Amino acid sequence: MTIKGKAYIAGIYEHPTRHAPDKSTAQLHAEVAKGAIEDAGLTKADIDGYFCAGDAPGGAWPMVDYLGLKVRHIDSTETGGCSYLIHLGHAAEAIAAGKCSIALLTLAGKPRTGPLPARATGAEVDFEAAYGATTHNAYGMCAMRHMHDYGTTSEQLAWIKVAASHHAQYNPHAMLRDVVTVEDVLNSPMISDPLRRMDCCVVTDGGGAMIVTTPEIAKSLKKPLVRLIGHGEAMKGPRGGKDLDLTYSAGVWSGPRAFEEAGVTPQDIKYASIYDSFTITVLMQLEDLGFCKKGEGGKFVSDGNLISGVGKLPFNTDGGGLCSNHPVNRGGMTKVIEAVRQLRGQAHPKVQVPNCDLAVAHGTGGLLGVRHAASTCILERV
Amino acid sequence: MAEAKKYPAPVTNPETAPFWEAAKQGKFLIKRCTACGEPHYFPRSICPFCFSDKTVWEESSGEATIYTFSLMRKSATGPYAIAFVTLKEGPSLQTNIVDCDMDKLRIGQKVKVVFKPTDGAPLPFFTPA
Repeated sequence: MTIKGKAYIAGIYEHPTRHAPDKSTAQLHAEVAKGAIEDAGLTKADIDGYFCAGDAPGGAWPMVDYLGLKVRHIDSTETGGCSYLIHLGHAAEAIAAGKCSIALLTLAGKPRTGPLPARATGAEVDFEAAYGATTHNAYGMCAMRHMHDYGTTSEQLAWIKVAASHHAQYNPHAMLRDVVTVEDVLNSPMISDPLRRMDCCVVTDGGGAMIVTTPEIAKSLKKPLVRLIGHGEAMKGPRGGKDLDLTYSAGVWSGPRAFEEAGVTPQDIKYASIYDSFTITVLMQLEDLGFCKKGEGGKFVSDGNLISGVGKLPFNTDGGGLCSNHPVNRGGMTKVIEAVRQLRGQAHPKVQVPNCDLAVAHGTGGLLGVRHAASTCILERV
Repeated sequence: MAEAKKYPAPVTNPETAPFWEAAKQGKFLIKRCTACGEPHYFPRSICPFCFSDKTVWEESSGEATIYTFSLMRKSATGPYAIAFVTLKEGPSLQTNIVDCDMDKLRIGQKVKVVFKPTDGAPLPFFTPA
């Protein structure tokens, strides 16, 4: 069994807001749902599957009721920022199995307006909570060890932010549109060693949604055809303290699974959406997915290699989480959306990859330095 | 030094209560599986490696080396050093490095366990050996 080619992304929508104090979280979910349904040329009554994660107020059943959906398949898998990449894979599975035919996936929330509800804790809580692990310092610990083991430098990490900023200048909705230099990044204040402010993503209100459907329905709609041809998911943690190695992510497992199912290799990829909560997140995932050897990520991202039209691997051409949008501190949805724009030929002309027919969207969720999930989606223009 | 930081008391549960009881005596416990021989941390009743229920408490030497760390500079309660350390017995664990010059920390540095009080059982931290 495979999901290869059995599900198409027929509708996408990224909320243009980055700050929404005047809206409710449920309302933002409804607005992005409406946007994606309209982009697909469908109506709400067509939706028979719904996917949401921990950002949906109350979970799946209050959201299904609030949105007024009648569905025959639901999935509320919660894996942090990569939930929506996993939802895409799961939607393809459900569609391939006939459990639903038109799935709606939503993400929305308002961390810029106010604090998000506390993350649920696991069995480790008494043994970890007091030590103050946050996204900043958990990723900082990854960067510190990567530098120790492989000689990765702050200058190399800075190139990732520089590339994102080159793309964000063309995105009118991006939160940060100024092009920055390596020096700018190195001069920004230290947040959690060795990560500086410009190594960190933005915090934004907003959200996004997509519609996933069958090949037959997708072909009946008037949109460029984009389909999922490979998907992988994985999880990684210290596992009793025996497996601690913060220099790689669960992408070392999700990536090969996705590429194998798709029957392609990283060298075939024309465009990459790579989760960018921090610069180190990008560097590690590029290595883990096989775009370069482990330890050579620093060299790979340097000198503009991730800038569209300049380097070999255009990434996050919307400006990504580092410059444009990281709605609800969860970047998985926007990673898929920009990949679909590229495959449709609808990215900004200044960053559109010529003849973009194969893309990867990849992300992690949770804390890379503690325990996390990863998901890789290989997308193809038909 | 700034005044002592207030740490939350562990909630504890039946599976982990012996760890916290030992902590009150200044002992730092890990778990070891007598079926596969592997030590682990934090403690589980069933071995996370071979899934045997033959796990026993063992007092750790409390000696460890820093695997990685980060100095968190943006904190309402002041900067702190979060770290993973690897115990002499094998398992790695998350902690803070305390009572130290944070700017002089380095990967590979030797550290030892030190307990800090809470309103309940004391919490284990590590400090340069």
